[in-house]
Amino acid sequence: MKKFTEFTGLVVPMNRANVDTDAIIAKQYLKSIKRTGFGPNLFDDWRYLDPGEPGQDHSKRRPNPDFVLNQERYRGAQVLLARDNFGCGSSREHAPWAFLDYGFRVLIAPSFADIFHNNCLKNGLLPVVLPSAAVDTLFAQVESTPGYRLQVDLRAQTVTTPSGEIMSFTIDPASKNRLLHGLDDIELTLQHAEEIRAYEGRRREQAPWLFVGFDA
Amino acid sequence: MTAKTLYDKLWDAHVVHQDDDGTCLLYIDCHLVHEVTSPQAFEGLRLAGRSPWRPNSNLAVPDHNIPTTHRDAPIADPVSKLQVDTLDENTREFGILKFEINDVRQGIVHIIGPEQGATVPGMTVVCGDSHTSTHGALATLAFGVGTSEVEHVLATQCLTQKKSGNMRIVVDGRLMPGVTAKDIILTIIGHIGTAGGTGYAIEYAGSAIEDLSVEGRMTVCNMTIEAGARAGMVACDDKTLDYVSGRAYAPRDEMWERACQAWQDLHSDEDTVFDREIAVDAGVIEPQVTWGTSPEMVVPVSGEIPDPSAAEPAKREGRIRALEYMDLEPGTAIQDIHLDKVFIGSCTNARIEDLRDAARVVVGHKVANNIKLAMVVPGSGLIKQQAEREGLDRIFKDAGFEWREPGCSMCLAMNADRLDPGERCASTSNRNFEGRQGRGGRTHLVSPSMAAAAAVTGHFVDIRDF
Repeated sequence: MKKFTEFTGLVVPMNRANVDTDAIIAKQYLKSIKRTGFGPNLFDDWRYLDPGEPGQDHSKRRPNPDFVLNQERYRGAQVLLARDNFGCGSSREHAPWAFLDYGFRVLIAPSFADIFHNNCLKNGLLPVVLPSAAVDTLFAQVESTPGYRLQVDLRAQTVTTPSGEIMSFTIDPASKNRLLHGLDDIELTLQHAEEIRAYEGRRREQAPWLFVGFDA
Repeated sequence: MTAKTLYDKLWDAHVVHQDDDGTCLLYIDCHLVHEVTSPQAFEGLRLAGRSPWRPNSNLAVPDHNIPTTHRDAPIADPVSKLQVDTLDENTREFGILKFEINDVRQGIVHIIGPEQGATVPGMTVVCGDSHTSTHGALATLAFGVGTSEVEHVLATQCLTQKKSGNMRIVVDGRLMPGVTAKDIILTIIGHIGTAGGTGYAIEYAGSAIEDLSVEGRMTVCNMTIEAGARAGMVACDDKTLDYVSGRAYAPRDEMWERACQAWQDLHSDEDTVFDREIAVDAGVIEPQVTWGTSPEMVVPVSGEIPDPSAAEPAKREGRIRALEYMDLEPGTAIQDIHLDKVFIGSCTNARIEDLRDAARVVVGHKVANNIKLAMVVPGSGLIKQQAEREGLDRIFKDAGFEWREPGCSMCLAMNADRLDPGERCASTSNRNFEGRQGRGGRTHLVSPSMAAAAAVTGHFVDIRDF
C-alpha cells in the first residue's frame, strides 16, 4: 500500500452532503479489470457536459465549466474538502482508486460512509474527519482564498491552515500504523496463520456444516 | 454470563485474534464473488504469488454486467464481456465454483446465496457489494467490502475489523394490507436518514418483522446500507429454519439436526442493552415513494413533494438540488407524478414473492400508454422458472411487460438496461442516486406492487385503493 506520512496540497471544496460513490465513479467505468486509469472519470456526470463511455478520449469531451474541479483556481487540487456522509452507497473501491488516479491524497469531511472510509484507508488515501464547525471554517477560508493549501501530518494527526491554525483529528491507531509504514494488510494477517488454522480446527468440531463448502 | 445481542454472538463466534486496541481478525465462512469487484483482487493474488486460503468457501456468479436478453449469444459489449470472461478465468485458475451465465442457478449474487442454502444462519458472509447485508435476514453477520478486502478474504479467510455499535430497530404492530417490507425499510431510512446507522450493526426486531416472510426480511436487511449501516440482521426463528431446510448447500440429516440446535441461540438475549434503539409503529406505515436523489427523501404515497424551505438548513440545499434534478415542484401530489419506465427487479425485490405481488396487481390490466418500457427481471434462473410454472410470465407479458433473464439490470444500469436522460422510472431497486439508472435518469423507489400499479395506470397510485 502507498505510504502516507505528511502531505501539503491545494484544496478544492465540494459543498454538498451525501456524495455517493455512483457520483464519484459512474457504473460504466466499473467494467475495467484494472486498478488504474479512473482519474479522467472521477465525478464524470458532473464534470462533463456530454455523456462518457469507457475507452473514449476524455480530453476531447466538453467539461462542465460550473463544476468545481474544472475551475482554473482549483486545477491540480489534491485535498478535497467535503460534507457529511461522504462516499455513501456502493462499496466500489473504484471510488478511492479514481481519487488517487486524479491526484488526490487527502479527503476532509465531518463524516464518511463506513465502507468508503475503509476502502480509502486500504489505498493510502487519507480520510480526515474533522468536527462540522472546523469544516465550516475551512470551507469559508478555501472559498475566499485562491491558492489555499492545507498541510496534513498523519504522525501528529493535525491539519494546518495557511495562517498556522492547527486542527487535530483522530484515527484508529492500527490504520495509522499501516498508513505510516505502507504495510501490506494481507502479509500482516498471514502472520496469524497458525491462529487461523487453530480457529478452523475448533470451529470444525463445533459447526462442521460451515466447512462443507462449494466444490468447483 | 452477560447478555449478548445477536450481533455480539455472531461476532464473538468468529474472532480469530484480538489486538489490544480492539481490532479483530474475523473469520469469514462464506465469500460471494461477482465479476465487477473481483478482477483486481485475483490479480493481486497472482502478483503476490498467493492462492485462496479455502477455495471452497467462495461462490462466484456473474450478475452486474450481463445482458437480460439474448443470452444464447455472446455478450455484445466487449468491455462487459472481458469482465465476465475474466471471472471465468479467475475462478477456473483458483478452483472456485462459479455458476455459468446460462446455468439455471445463475442470478443476482444476494438472491442466489440464500436460494442455494449457500448462506445459512450463524455464518459470516462477505461480498464485494454493499447489499451483502441482505443475507442478515438469515441471522448471519453479512456485510459488503471493497476489492482490497475481497483479496484479503481470498488470501486469508479473515478480515481485519473493528466491532460496530449495536442498534435495534423494533417494528411492532400489524401492517396495513398492501404495505410491504419495502415500505418498512423506506420508512426507517426516511426516519433515521442515510447516515443514521453509520457505525452500527442493525438488528430488526418486533412483531412486524417476525410476521414478515424470510424473503420480506431480506428486503429489509438489503437496504440497511441505505441507512448507513453495513450489516442488518434478524434473529433465527422457525421461519428461518423452514426457509433454509432442504436447499442445495444447506446441511442435511444429522448435520441439519446439529445445526438447528446451534441456531437456537441466534437471537439477542432478553435483557440486552443496545447502544441505540428505535421504535417504529408498523400500523401507520403507508406505501412509500421516494421523490429525490437519496433514499431518505421519501414520503407516503398519500403525500406530496415536500417544500425544501421547511427542511432543516443543513438539508435544504441538497433538497433543492434534488428537486431540480428530479424536475419536481414542491406541493405536487405523489399520485400526480407520471412515469416513463417501470423496473421490477434487483437484489431488493426480485424474489418469487415480489413477482407474485406485482403479478396480482397486473392481472387483467395493460401497461399504460405513457409507459415506454415496463420490465420484470427475475432475481435468478430458478425464480424465473418458478414464476413461469405459476404463469406469472404470461400475466406480465399479456399486460405488455418485458420478461427478462436474471441479473442486476437497471438497478445500476451497467448493462444495456437503462434510463435515457430525463426519463422517470418507478423502480423496485434500492438507490435513487443521480444517474444511478442511467445518466440524467430519475428514479422513484417503491415496492413491487406499487411499481406494478404505476405501470398499468401510468402514474403513482395508492395500492391500498387499487
